[in-house]
Amino acid sequence: MWKYVIRRLLYAIPTLLGISVIVFLITRLAPGDPIRLYTFGALNVTEEDIQGLRAYYGLDKPLAIQYVNWIWQVLHGDFGMSLIYHQPALALLFERMGATLQLTFTALFLQLVIGIPLGVMAALRRGSWVDNVIRVFGVIGHAIPQFWLGLMAIILVSVTLRLLPSQGVLTVGKDVWDIPDRLRHIIMPAFVLALAGIANYSRYLRTETLDVISQDYVRTAHAKGLAERTVIYVHALRNALIPMVTALGGILAVLVSGALVVEQVFTWPGVGQFTYAAARAKDYPVIMAGVMVASTLLVLSYLLRDIAYAIVDPRIKVK
Amino acid sequence: MATQATTTAAPLMQPADAQRSAAGLWSDALWRLRRDPTTLAAIAVVVSMVAIALAADLLAANFFHRSFTQQDILSNYEKPNGTEPWMWLGTDELGRSQVVRLLYGARVSLFIGTFGALTAFVIGLTMGLTAGYFGGYWDDLVVWLVTTLNSIPLLYLLLIIGVLFRLDPLPFALLLGGLGWLGIANYARGQTIALREREYVVAARTVGSTAVRLMVRHIAPNILPLMIVLAMIEVGQLILIESAISFIGFGIQPPTPSWGNMLTNASQYLGKAPYLIYPPGIAVLVTVLCLYLVGDGLRDALDPRLRGAVDGGVRK
Repeated sequence: MWKYVIRRLLYAIPTLLGISVIVFLITRLAPGDPIRLYTFGALNVTEEDIQGLRAYYGLDKPLAIQYVNWIWQVLHGDFGMSLIYHQPALALLFERMGATLQLTFTALFLQLVIGIPLGVMAALRRGSWVDNVIRVFGVIGHAIPQFWLGLMAIILVSVTLRLLPSQGVLTVGKDVWDIPDRLRHIIMPAFVLALAGIANYSRYLRTETLDVISQDYVRTAHAKGLAERTVIYVHALRNALIPMVTALGGILAVLVSGALVVEQVFTWPGVGQFTYAAARAKDYPVIMAGVMVASTLLVLSYLLRDIAYAIVDPRIKVK
Repeated sequence: MATQATTTAAPLMQPADAQRSAAGLWSDALWRLRRDPTTLAAIAVVVSMVAIALAADLLAANFFHRSFTQQDILSNYEKPNGTEPWMWLGTDELGRSQVVRLLYGARVSLFIGTFGALTAFVIGLTMGLTAGYFGGYWDDLVVWLVTTLNSIPLLYLLLIIGVLFRLDPLPFALLLGGLGWLGIANYARGQTIALREREYVVAARTVGSTAVRLMVRHIAPNILPLMIVLAMIEVGQLILIESAISFIGFGIQPPTPSWGNMLTNASQYLGKAPYLIYPPGIAVLVTVLCLYLVGDGLRDALDPRLRGAVDGGVRK
């Protein structure tokens, strides 16, 4: 087990390196000279000043050297200063990490507690109207643009029905530990973010449950007189859930990526919204840090998924 | 060998299939498709969407008498009404006809989706096939590339690219294709590894087929049908991604209308013109939904054993 975990950890290194190369190359290959942009409009800038600045920032060196210098700083947690806030980019992002994690985990929780029962229900009532409704929902949940769903939810729930607040994490002036108020703020964005995953889970679990309940051991469980409930929840569901751990990978990617748009729609002060604001303002250090932080989050979630998979399905270690 | 295969396969066929004479893969699929009303309806919707998008210029000039940039400030914020065709979906803050802009948006979205998926299909098939067939360092490299690209949240990556470069429809489609081939390559690679050691491939190799011939003539045709289904679903996913990135302002730039950037506009005038928010969103939903349904139906038609199987689902 530990051998597997360590090997899996080592696999994450080339992935992270690859991500850093891609992010670095994109920013460096962009058209436009950052120094000329930096000095644009400034008076009395001579050609020598520009050369001097270029040397000062290391931009006169070959691309490979620039990358090594950059990654060395990054490994020390230094993505440079935000051009707007004049504070370290990474620290600014970490301040917003809490909000993003809250939102993503709430969405993941909703996906599990709604998606799994829906899938089991559809499989057990196969062919009935319940099954059909859940299947239609499963396809629509995939096809609906998240940001549009968010806007629709705001129009319906916040504007028309006036039930829930449409933005922020907390009503201004309330105590930070006012949990009911926080819940009222998080429920709508979390649900919007969760919908695609709920649809995904219900689809996967329907197929898996159908697959499992036709197996011999389930028939045996029935034959020895166990209650239907015991057969489904103790015998069948446990095995149907194993492949779901793999499905988690795609779902996590949707969550991390989707948070960018959903945070934007609901003005949720997280990493996504901050990176977006930085992108609007061309605050390069923050954008790069934002992409790296989001990617690292995803690499870590994949890592946890694979370890979870090895725990629920010990056969994986053979590979 | 061949006779043995048919005799064992015969009892497994469904009764309806057994009444028909043997047919090829595609005619067989067509036969099943004709008995699937949902998929047929979805195909009809997609085909008419494409037709309308292609005819956007004609319709705008001869029927709506409005171009997509034409402003009419005197009749701005006009609610949807039937007085004139161009007012069917109302007008925005500059008095531009929403129905005409929606038509052109369809053109952009469908172009990006289709062309992007085509690019993804070509790259994915090539990468997957060669990685699976040759193995070794090349395979390691492809797997590493797929893992790496899979670990960057797509919208973040597009955001950073959108800040630095201007994304016109063609480069945007190529970019989406260049990032969207991972699922297709994974599938092609897995299948190729499974097929590589099959008897008929080994036999062909024994009689001296080159690697290229083996891949193109013997392996690819066996994985192609489901690859086409994956590409179909990819079209839908790319349309969703395009709308999201255009919505946040880093995709297709105004004045070129796309469903995504029409929604950016609509969300800014939500108080004054709430009706603007519905048509582009519904257009995306219906298009993507129908593409998924066509993909699902096509998969069932091509390989009935896979009915209801999971297609890999959403990725990003």
